[in-house]
Amino acid sequence: MSKFKKDGGDKDPAISTSSLPDIVFMLLFFFMVSTVMREVELKVSIDQPEATEIEKLENKALVNYVYIGEPLNAETYGTASRIQLNDAFASVKEVGPYIETRRAEVDEAEVPLLTTSLKVDKETEMGIVTDVKQELRKVQALKISYSTREKMDADKF
Amino acid sequence: MAKRDTPEINAGSMADIAFLLLVFFLVTTTMDSDYGLLRKLPPPLPPETVEPPPIKDRNVFVVLANANDQLLVEGEVMEISQLKESAKEFIANPQRKEDLPAFKVEEIPYFGKTEVSKQVISLQNDRGTSYDLYIQVQNELARAYDELRDELAREKFGQSFQYLVDTGQKKKVSAIKDVYPQRISEAEPKNTGGN
Repeated sequence: MSKFKKDGGDKDPAISTSSLPDIVFMLLFFFMVSTVMREVELKVSIDQPEATEIEKLENKALVNYVYIGEPLNAETYGTASRIQLNDAFASVKEVGPYIETRRAEVDEAEVPLLTTSLKVDKETEMGIVTDVKQELRKVQALKISYSTREKMDADKF
Repeated sequence: MAKRDTPEINAGSMADIAFLLLVFFLVTTTMDSDYGLLRKLPPPLPPETVEPPPIKDRNVFVVLANANDQLLVEGEVMEISQLKESAKEFIANPQRKEDLPAFKVEEIPYFGKTEVSKQVISLQNDRGTSYDLYIQVQNELARAYDELRDELAREKFGQSFQYLVDTGQKKKVSAIKDVYPQRISEAEPKNTGGN
């Protein structure tokens, strides 16, 4: 009797998927714009410490990374903390030359803006970090950043 | 001739292609932006250094961290949670105590003649100190300075220090920094832990 009752055919109408590509492309562009390529393959495990008074590192092209932590492959490399530059393990002595090569790659005007980001595992002993810092001082790479995660601080809010 | 319809291109697989690209970008990229504590290292010491003039004891806030991750602050064992408060008291010296830092009158924009503390924080750690503790100490000291600057900014300009920084009011920011200059000095490394 009802006016709205459909007559016959219980078939569901097919949902149009023609706008699905648009949605996915939108997502795709979002990710393309908001992300950066992973710079290196980490060979050391790094669990960064937490801090509150942190600043964001701007201009990633001008940041050199030094990774320090226990090797992921402990059976081969042992458990002593190691330094990683680019894709390979390095000794303390190689930090200086690494910074110098990086320095040669950038524009002269931008050299003073070069920052060294120390990504260090929180269990690392300060000895190796101090050695790296002394090495950085020798090559006049004085701007450093101790990379940390952001800690949600209860009494700050 | 019969009128030819342009055949419609089947767009059904477009979604698959886009998904494939999407997954590729998801896998190869990282979202994290790099945050950290920015510091400036002191320039290397020239080989023949002239001994710097000694700093009076009352002006130096000594923080020692040993290989067992214990803190010794001004000769007393201290927990990390207390470090900020005692550093703040040291830097500001609100009661002008004799054993806390002396002041020097300086001309600072916005503030006029102001007493600026001669404070220096000296941080010394052992080779065996954990990086975590080191960062926490650095963080607590930075917080002490930040909170003092913030209090001053609110009192003087009625705005938080962070707001002044964010809105690029460089003159006000540098005036506040002149009142509370961040002086954290790290001693040349020593090995005292015996390992």
